Amino acid sequence: MARKLVIIGNGMAPGRLLEALLEQDREAFAITVFNAEPRVNYDRIQLSPVLAGDKCFDDIVIHDDAWYAAHGITLHKGLAVTAIDRAAHEVIAADGSRAAYDELVIATGSRPLLPPLPGRELAGVVTFRDQDDVDTMLAAAARGGRAVVIGGGLLGLEAAAGLAARGMQVTVLHLAASLMERQLDAAAGYLLAEALRGRGIEVVTEAETRALLGDMRVTGVELRDGRRYPADLVVVAIGIRPNVELADAAGLAVARGILVDDGLATSDPAIHALGECVEHRGQCYGLVAPLYEMARVLATRLLGGTASYAGSTLSTRLKVSGIEVYSAGDFADGEGREEIVLRDAARHTYKRLTVADDRIVGVVLFGDTRDGPWFFQQLREGTDIGAWRDTLIFGQHHQGDAAPDPSAAVAALPDSAEICGCNGVCKGRIVGAIREQRLTTVEQVRAHTKASSSCGSCTGLVEQLLKCELGDGFRVDAAPPMCGCTALGHDDVRRLILARALKSIPEVMQALEWRTSCGCAKCRPALNYYLLAAWPGEYRDDYQSRYINERAHANIQKDGTFSVVPRMWGGMTTPAELRAIADVAERFGIPAVKVTGGQRIDLLGVRKQDLPAVWAELNAAGMVSGHAYGKALRTVKTCVGKEWCRFGTQDSTALGIRLEKYLWGAWTPHKVKLAVSGCPRNCAEATCKDFGVVCVDSGYELHFAGAADMHVKATELLGNVASEDEVLEYCAATLQLYREQGHYLERMYTWAARVGVATIRALIVDEPDKRAALVARFELAQRHAQHDPWAQRAHGRESREFQPLARVVRARATA
Amino acid sequence: MNGPAGDWLAVGRVADIPRRGARRVETPWLTIALFRTADDRVFALEDRCPHRGGPLSDGIVHGTLVTCPLHGQVVGLESGRVQPPDPGCVRSLPVRIEDGRVSVGLP
Repeated sequence: MARKLVIIGNGMAPGRLLEALLEQDREAFAITVFNAEPRVNYDRIQLSPVLAGDKCFDDIVIHDDAWYAAHGITLHKGLAVTAIDRAAHEVIAADGSRAAYDELVIATGSRPLLPPLPGRELAGVVTFRDQDDVDTMLAAAARGGRAVVIGGGLLGLEAAAGLAARGMQVTVLHLAASLMERQLDAAAGYLLAEALRGRGIEVVTEAETRALLGDMRVTGVELRDGRRYPADLVVVAIGIRPNVELADAAGLAVARGILVDDGLATSDPAIHALGECVEHRGQCYGLVAPLYEMARVLATRLLGGTASYAGSTLSTRLKVSGIEVYSAGDFADGEGREEIVLRDAARHTYKRLTVADDRIVGVVLFGDTRDGPWFFQQLREGTDIGAWRDTLIFGQHHQGDAAPDPSAAVAALPDSAEICGCNGVCKGRIVGAIREQRLTTVEQVRAHTKASSSCGSCTGLVEQLLKCELGDGFRVDAAPPMCGCTALGHDDVRRLILARALKSIPEVMQALEWRTSCGCAKCRPALNYYLLAAWPGEYRDDYQSRYINERAHANIQKDGTFSVVPRMWGGMTTPAELRAIADVAERFGIPAVKVTGGQRIDLLGVRKQDLPAVWAELNAAGMVSGHAYGKALRTVKTCVGKEWCRFGTQDSTALGIRLEKYLWGAWTPHKVKLAVSGCPRNCAEATCKDFGVVCVDSGYELHFAGAADMHVKATELLGNVASEDEVLEYCAATLQLYREQGHYLERMYTWAARVGVATIRALIVDEPDKRAALVARFELAQRHAQHDPWAQRAHGRESREFQPLARVVRARATA
Repeated sequence: MNGPAGDWLAVGRVADIPRRGARRVETPWLTIALFRTADDRVFALEDRCPHRGGPLSDGIVHGTLVTCPLHGQVVGLESGRVQPPDPGCVRSLPVRIEDGRVSVGLP
């Protein structure tokens, strides 16, 4: 007589288990299935397409009633098992009936996590787990209105896309800083958010829900920070919790899930468990592939075989039509791991392989996921990819052939082939120009044909054309790359940020095909500056991409303390300011007070956590940040000028103050120091400053591009002007030109040497229109820059920068 | 100086550490730098660069590396190893995260 097999649950895992059992031995068991849901076995994974309207419920039924009947399986629909009597080898159902078993399989699955939020019982609040949830959502969608989805993981995003497809206005609230953070790296998460926004779905990250609002029906969601989002429907999709209560009550070992061994046996050898309710080697699974692997193993085990389950490596694909996302394995970067990144800006794709010891350990694909399964296969099989790692990222179809030769491909193009789409330049015209004008660089091709002068995405093709024409005589433009994360030099990056209207660091990295996912300590501060300079008032400063001094608005010292330098306009101060500085120094035990070379006072040795309070006191006495710590406008040094000095020709002090009040707050590629001397004796040392003014009887001599750092460099003469207003105008124009053209960490004198002093002089002095335009752009930027960062922080902004996360006073055992 | 070895110290929430950033935890035994990467992993190192003692918690975090603010040494967040060509190693501490709360294992 057949042995009695009882299965509790009828989800996807037991469905597959039944198939595997029947395939191997139709007669081995008399099978009874208890299903608490009133439905037949259906494909839960396909609920998303049902919601989106791509499928209907009948399409996703796996086994209907007839299937159970045909296989002689007793199926109790809508009947839950309430207890397991392990001693008697019986299960007890909700209607009091009992069923005896020789083998028992628990497959109670999981349920959606619903945190104890106020308002979670309101009508219109659903999870996304079964057909009932989908029915509720479809009914809500039919009425239109707004939906808020809490949770930007796989399920939440599929729900969001489905509801949007049904015509609802959808907002996704996600706790983490990037979507699907378990499956995607930050770069792919960013692209995904952009793609969803492109479909009209609002995506809010770092959104912690505090409450669901409404009396009877839900009307909105409130975040911890007070923001509110109106809603007619709220879908909570923040994760799942294994259903362990039945197993727990029966005395089986349970942690987060029901504990099983590699044979999927629970702590009672007559009872097995599989699916989302189990915990195996510390892992609980919520995806279908592991459940199927478990089903195969368990079928063999139940039939006396020796298969064992060793855990699953996961791959995930987002099921939102038109948005391709794939991830597998462990894609986190780390020591001993390398990343291979391929970004194709034109095709909006991002591919990243994480490689350790010449083996793929993680895959993240966005936009083009065709090679996902192939990468995943190499990952699972532990294939040594060392031999083809250079072309690996291009996918399966590029392997085994000789490496593709891009020059050959370009050479094969017809003369009519369009190379530069922006300016409509074809191959024939470029080749003609190279031959006739004897061009040898991309710059020259740009100048003569306009090809690659706009968005720049055809630069590679133009280079290939030069190479075809000149052979080895052509060397790819020697502009050194910004850093190891990109092949582009600073100029190209700056030009492309403007040409393509790139407005965030992730956007730059994607559009310019960065080779790393997160950048490095060299390129991130540079990009942050370039974006700030390109989009004043619009770009949101990324503090984590700033050097500590600019993040803390003070200078870090060798012992980790900071120095604080308040602004002293033009080097002038007052007894009240000096008194306030003395008071602050005493109150905070500041160990050193020094006069700087820039005519200010430096408070040295301030503890980081004291900075906001120190600033508050200095602010109270009318002092603001001196930006002594920044790649920014620092000091304007002055002499006393004609107000006191018997040789003075102009009021150099007042001019210095005017200049400083006009220029302060401006971020620049490197530090910028000014000086104004009242006569050619030059007591303020104006001729070794980034911008210097020497007053003479007839007016003002303007100098620029000097420095007294590792190199002592005397200034170049810019020109002579007659009025203070003109000094300000010429100075702002020069500074703005430097802000727009300078490479990050390039002093003004290095910039001038690179661009040419004469070129700069001609532009500033001889072209009043351009000068005026530079001044206008500078003043626009200043409108957004002249806010005292100290006052903002003294009032609590960025407070976590200054406070430790925790301070432990004495030994104490916790958690 | 060692703390009560083996103890787990609850130090705060992951959300309170800036992404691609760090926070400091001061204890009587050592100062700890807690780093949060772009993909929300958290690592703990002693907050002291082996080169000249720089506070690593003030560095720029990129990938699973931090660049020391004082002289640019690059330190691996997982192992604490200073990246070649510079020598040295920073003490790394185990981290546990439960429900978004971070605990650090004391050395």
